[in-house]
Amino acid sequence: MIPILFGVSVLSFLLLHLIPGDPARIIAGIGAAPEDVEVIRKEFNLDAPLYVQYISFITGLFNGNLKSINTQDAVIKEIIPRFVNTFQLSLFSIFVSSIIGITFGIIAAVKRNTWIDNLVMGFSLFGISMPIFWLGILLMLVFSLYLNILPPGGKGGFQHIILPGITLGVASAAIVARMTRASMLQVLNQDYIRTALSTGLPKGKVIVKYALKNALIPVVTVVGLQFGYMLGGAVLTESVFGWPGLGRLIVDSIFNRDYPVVQAGILLIAVVFVLVNLGVDLLYAVLDPRIRRR
Amino acid sequence: MRKNKMATLGAFIVIAIVIIGILAPIISPYDPNAQDLYNSLEGPSLKHPFGVDLYGRDILSRVIWGARISLSISFTAVLLSGMLGIMLGAIAGYFGGIIDEIIMRIFDMLLSFPDILLAIAIVAILGPGKLNLILALTIYSLPQFARITRGSVISEKNNEYVDAARLMGENDISILFRYILPNCISPIIVQGTMRMATAILVISGLGFLGLGIQPPTPEWGTDLSVARTYLRVAPHMGIFPGLAIFITVMGFNFFGDGLNDALNPRLKDR
Repeated sequence: MIPILFGVSVLSFLLLHLIPGDPARIIAGIGAAPEDVEVIRKEFNLDAPLYVQYISFITGLFNGNLKSINTQDAVIKEIIPRFVNTFQLSLFSIFVSSIIGITFGIIAAVKRNTWIDNLVMGFSLFGISMPIFWLGILLMLVFSLYLNILPPGGKGGFQHIILPGITLGVASAAIVARMTRASMLQVLNQDYIRTALSTGLPKGKVIVKYALKNALIPVVTVVGLQFGYMLGGAVLTESVFGWPGLGRLIVDSIFNRDYPVVQAGILLIAVVFVLVNLGVDLLYAVLDPRIRRR
Repeated sequence: MRKNKMATLGAFIVIAIVIIGILAPIISPYDPNAQDLYNSLEGPSLKHPFGVDLYGRDILSRVIWGARISLSISFTAVLLSGMLGIMLGAIAGYFGGIIDEIIMRIFDMLLSFPDILLAIAIVAILGPGKLNLILALTIYSLPQFARITRGSVISEKNNEYVDAARLMGENDISILFRYILPNCISPIIVQGTMRMATAILVISGLGFLGLGIQPPTPEWGTDLSVARTYLRVAPHMGIFPGLAIFITVMGFNFFGDGLNDALNPRLKDR
């Protein structure tokens, strides 16, 4: 855990130094005067040993000394509000996609090998194969340009989050549905379910009260992982809908060669991703007492 | 039966797209970069079944050439990362201990950059362009191949045939690559097929962000990012390149899914 976080921070820090060539010259841009390059070398402390630079990168991130090249604002001040936006979008998405995925997964498992099951599984394969940004474009075409009922982009009221939220969530809904179905099938084959059914309890009650509880444990893991992936994958959705998230900021900063923002942004997402995964592991242990005993 | 049909459909799609990609110079009706500014943004017609784009370029021809670009890049990258990943994963799984720790910790770190972010980070370092894209995709797929291979090698290496080979005086390298790996190949092949699907999504995703293949080269994702601006006047620009990505990715996913069932009969019942 700690080694991973350390490694991730080193990797993000090294981004600028792994670029072939002189970092100062890269920041200054092509055709910059040698004096400017030297100023930048001083300002970014680029002639110090690497470990000193790493320490000042990390401390600078927290005390605001690490500044964006473009705006001269503290990097942390730039990335946090953008990250909040990405987080908001992902949260909405994971909420919608879990509800859809779990519901359809259960239906598919209960109606196993019927046309309903085939339909749900077929849709889930569609969902996994869908390029996220194309889905966004299609939804925008239909709901914003033809039907004109939802805004095509930007951030504002609740209507603004619907299209990007669905776009980002479709693939996850598909994965959650598959996982729910597989896990539900496994549980439905267990002896205790057969026993419950043989006592004459109604099937619906057995499914909701007895089977679902156990079947959902692995699903929680998948939902958690999907949420983590969304934080990284949101960049495409953000681009389609002009959602002012962190992914979009990173990409814009790559174009502007604003490396401190790129480094810090990538680091922030990776750290949160690692923490989310840790949270999922812990949650899994809480939900499933069998894991705790190991 | 249903699964078999899907696998067949997947194989059919994959073969069709590969043929389209290979034959692009012959079957594409126009030069994908030939401009015709008088007819810019025109919708589908008999002359241009998919319509034309902003510069009057034939979208059908661009979609056809796009198959060639996407497939060649993703195939190269998957092949490279497959070879490297299998080697590293096999070594990690077979020898275990400190070697395993080091290799797998590095991959864990790479896997801490979720989804397309790792590819974005690598492109941020290297800059856009075809070779850099291949490199980014190779690194992006490496951990998955290594993990799968490592897992299979670990579960195989305690089998009796391995002991038998060792008793016959075979050395570690020979045991690993001639005896164990051939038995691990089926999950790796499935992984390779699925990775093709992911690679195509990443290529077009990076292209859409402007970080992938640069214009005027016909690439599905890059073309879609241009289309986004002209959706109101030329919605057809936003349809066909995306459809091409979707069908191709679906083909590989169906194929991989079917392959998985065919190669792992135990999973069939799920």
